[in-house]
Amino acid sequence: MEDFEKAVRPEGFFANLLLTLWRLLIAIVVPGIAFIVMYVGFRFLRESRAPAWIITIVAIIWGVGGVAMLYFLANWLITQFGPAWRRRLQPFLFVGPAMVILAWYLVIPTLRSLFLSFFGPASNKFVGLANYAYVFTDRTMLTAFRNNLLWLIIGTGGAVLFGLIIALLAERSHLEKLSKALIFLPMAISFVGAGVIWKYVYAFKPPGQPQIGILNAVITALGGDPRGWLTYRPWNTFFLIVILIWMWSGFAVVVFSAALRGVPSTIKEAARIDGAGEFRVVLSIVIPYIRGTIVTVSTTILIITLKIWDIVFSMTNGLYGTEVLASQQYKQMFKFLHYGRGSAIAIVLVIAVIPVMWYNLKQFMSSEVF
Amino acid sequence: MAAKEEKENKSVLVTVILLVICIVWTLPTIGLLVTSFRHRDVVSNTGWWTVIREPNLTTENYRQVLIGKDYTYVDSKGVENTARTENLSRAILNSIAVTIPAVVIPILIAAFAAYGFAWVAFPGRKIFFTIIVALLVVPLQIALIPILRDYLRLQLTGTFLAIWLAHTGFGLPLAIYLLFNYVSTIPRSILESAFIDGYTHFWIFIYLILPLSVPALASFAIFQFVWVWNDLLVAMVFLGTKQEVAVITQRLLSIIGTRGQDWHLLTAGAFVSMILPLTIFFALQRFFVRGLLAGSIKG
Repeated sequence: MEDFEKAVRPEGFFANLLLTLWRLLIAIVVPGIAFIVMYVGFRFLRESRAPAWIITIVAIIWGVGGVAMLYFLANWLITQFGPAWRRRLQPFLFVGPAMVILAWYLVIPTLRSLFLSFFGPASNKFVGLANYAYVFTDRTMLTAFRNNLLWLIIGTGGAVLFGLIIALLAERSHLEKLSKALIFLPMAISFVGAGVIWKYVYAFKPPGQPQIGILNAVITALGGDPRGWLTYRPWNTFFLIVILIWMWSGFAVVVFSAALRGVPSTIKEAARIDGAGEFRVVLSIVIPYIRGTIVTVSTTILIITLKIWDIVFSMTNGLYGTEVLASQQYKQMFKFLHYGRGSAIAIVLVIAVIPVMWYNLKQFMSSEVF
Repeated sequence: MAAKEEKENKSVLVTVILLVICIVWTLPTIGLLVTSFRHRDVVSNTGWWTVIREPNLTTENYRQVLIGKDYTYVDSKGVENTARTENLSRAILNSIAVTIPAVVIPILIAAFAAYGFAWVAFPGRKIFFTIIVALLVVPLQIALIPILRDYLRLQLTGTFLAIWLAHTGFGLPLAIYLLFNYVSTIPRSILESAFIDGYTHFWIFIYLILPLSVPALASFAIFQFVWVWNDLLVAMVFLGTKQEVAVITQRLLSIIGTRGQDWHLLTAGAFVSMILPLTIFFALQRFFVRGLLAGSIKG
């Protein structure tokens, strides 16, 4: 290629034209070939009846290799251009793919969802604010709002509180490593897997029969009556929230532990010498010192809680008054096929995260990374 | 950081309290594990804790969940047929086929982008990065309906490509953010000497930055792996109900739906679905924690 460029350069206008045409040609042909190769792989994966393990291997090679190949190809294409164009195109090689995907998957969908939320079920009839009126007045939706609020307050509060207590205890115990690993373990489990675990904890047999769920077994052993906890309104939402606390306290423990290590021991020692008890030291020194961390952990769990869906979907499917916003959105999409209402709920979720977004942006602006 | 000398006084009472909390925290999981090894008839009649009195364990549940169980039936013509019950092996392979590319693709794209933001000068750099910071908290629910419509038009629903791209899109903001924080701290002098040697940005990235970023890449990889493997929502929406591509969380959910009282199968299935993330998680916990901290405690 370099030779070709050198050979044609002195010829003037005609040679320049030829060069431009040549560049255009490879700019079209090479991606075209790449596209065809990728498409053949895609068709194979979609339609092949090959054994599952072959499809798995082909899928991984095709997916991972394909993306890597596209980058190398794009880089090769760019080197075919002159230095000026090379400099102009280079940034796009690096940030272009990310920007395109983010635009397609997050930025534009936000606008499209906003647009769709003013339309009817099949997105072809303008209905104004009717979907929002439904979202804020329908009885099930109001239950969903109430439950989401409970999730936000009890779920986030519980996980942060347990996380803080366990982190403080772990720091002062002989079991720091082991205890943190055990509490952290549920984070690696899927919500569906956790659903099975807790369904079994809450399992119910009629009174008189031996209970197989540990909660009812403990209660009958203490002389109480067994209950179907998941159908026991309005407390069943609370029993679902317990699962979230069980899963996400470990996250809080780990982050808090790291923060606690940053609290200078000299201040704590000084307070102890002045006669402060351990509770006083924690309340007046440790907690104010790690307040920033408490805020970030809380917002992280808050956002997880806001979008909570899997637990409700796999445990009760929103029955018995356990509906939340995200499960309602899923139902509107797939059960009632009402894209307008589904989009309106999604917009409500986005509006709910705006304060956190604004806070993040403020932090970012003041950090001067650029 | 300066941890060693700041150890608190250890207390036996605190250790006992913590031990009780740990036992309560772990009991549900132990119940699942024990039940998955018990015989079908005892599971539905006695609590799993009775295993202490009469330990009688089996691996039959796992066999049935992983390989399936042969059974014979007589069809309408009176011919005897043998068939095998459905099992999770296909779903495990599908989960692998979904997860590995859905981890590697966003990492690659995010690493390129992080390098671009950190070291390649271009107009609008700050605005674009600010948008990424804003996108960090946008709930993925916002994209479900619009992207599903696109996929239906492009006939992408039910394909691996569809779900890889979706996970890439939803994982990218955090990936770029974490990797940028790491890549931007690499000393300028290392890059400059490479420029002097005549390397272009692309090859500096491949030869220099990628190997140097391995700790950060690993942190995000584990994070994304656990997230994608455990995901149900994105799979339900974009893979749909096609059995050939269903991932393990979807299959587990359908067992809950169809055989909700067969605790011996449910518990074994749930444990099978957990084994890979748990292993990776324990083997690489250090990286996972580091990734968590980078994501939540900002500079």
